[in-house]
Amino acid sequence: MADRAGDDDKTRRVVFVTVGTTSFDALVKAVDSPTVKQELFTEGYTHLLIQMGRGSYVPTKSEGGSSLAVDYFTFSSSIADHLNSASLVISHAGSGSIFETLRLGKPLIVTVNEDLMDNHQSELAEELADQKHLYCARPQTLHQTVADMDLNSLVPYSPGDATPVTKLINRFLGFPDD
Amino acid sequence: MEKGHGCSFSGIVSTSTFSCTIVVVTLILVRILYVILWGPRPFSRRATKPLSTLIVLGSGGHTAEMLNLLVVLQKDRFTPRFYIAAATDNMSLQKAQLLENNLTAKNGTRVPNTAQFMQIYRSREVGQSYVTSIWTTLIAMIHALWLMIKIRPQVILCNGPGTCIPICAIAFLFKVLGIRWSSIFYVESIARVRRLSLSGLLLYKFRMADQLFVQWPQLQRKYPRATYVGRLM
Repeated sequence: MADRAGDDDKTRRVVFVTVGTTSFDALVKAVDSPTVKQELFTEGYTHLLIQMGRGSYVPTKSEGGSSLAVDYFTFSSSIADHLNSASLVISHAGSGSIFETLRLGKPLIVTVNEDLMDNHQSELAEELADQKHLYCARPQTLHQTVADMDLNSLVPYSPGDATPVTKLINRFLGFPDD
Repeated sequence: MEKGHGCSFSGIVSTSTFSCTIVVVTLILVRILYVILWGPRPFSRRATKPLSTLIVLGSGGHTAEMLNLLVVLQKDRFTPRFYIAAATDNMSLQKAQLLENNLTAKNGTRVPNTAQFMQIYRSREVGQSYVTSIWTTLIAMIHALWLMIKIRPQVILCNGPGTCIPICAIAFLFKVLGIRWSSIFYVESIARVRRLSLSGLLLYKFRMADQLFVQWPQLQRKYPRATYVGRLM
């Protein structure tokens, strides 16, 4: 009913948006659009936190209540805490952001920046989307993805392992196998 | 013509200079072929001593992947360690320093922290035009030569991006000239699923890496000389 300080913690569902160290105005604009914000609010999210990086488009802050609460910042030395407390993450297609999020087991929508030249990033996003570890969207279609998504259908991501490659390196150099 | 003597003398000199040049060029080519074809064979002798290791860090996701690899690497076999990052990359060396500090803390015993951290001029910034990149790559090469002469590592670990190309090129040159034989291990980024990066492609085509690792089976199919190792992240 009325928002009390105690209730906030229980019903607080944060959507965290990150663009890493890049400038990705198209994503920030899309996320800050009435359509997407309304869609997120309808799905039960209460807060929208945007890490906007080097972008020039500044979102509009909002207290929330009868609509999504919106806040933003440019950079932080570590987004791990924000990822941890998020119920949904919308990220640019950088591999660092993607795997940091997946390894925390958070639902993820990856948005590919079509303004980048030589967009190899889409390869990774598409491959992981094919394997159903995340959703892939473009800024223009983000509202559709949010509306259609079924987070329960996402397959949990099992972290990779660097030991095979270290074994091969050791063997090549003539070190004994452990 | 009175220059008869002079003509035949300079004729001899120019002929022998020419032959010398041919011989030298042939020797160099043979040596290069040897390095390329014979180089990437695993060492037949057992390694007993630790190997000095140069780790080339790229920005962002690249550094995360490399640190992931370093965490499981046997530190007593790969020491002393030298870290190089691009001059414009602020975070990577810090993260590497953190990893090394954690190691010293964990060891408890007084294992001296011998790791060194250096910066190198970048061959090409993201989005930089390929034309100006030629000049900046040259500067990076000279800087790389300077650093490589100082370090002369036995092992080089890199995973792209462009920062590693001057280093690997110099290492290759050192091999050809017999100055120092560095084993070069290149791990293509996990972000590369269907195509190699430019760095990876250069190292693959020119056979400069002793082992080139890829993290997706699609790449192994496309580049048969690469080694598939599964995902690191």
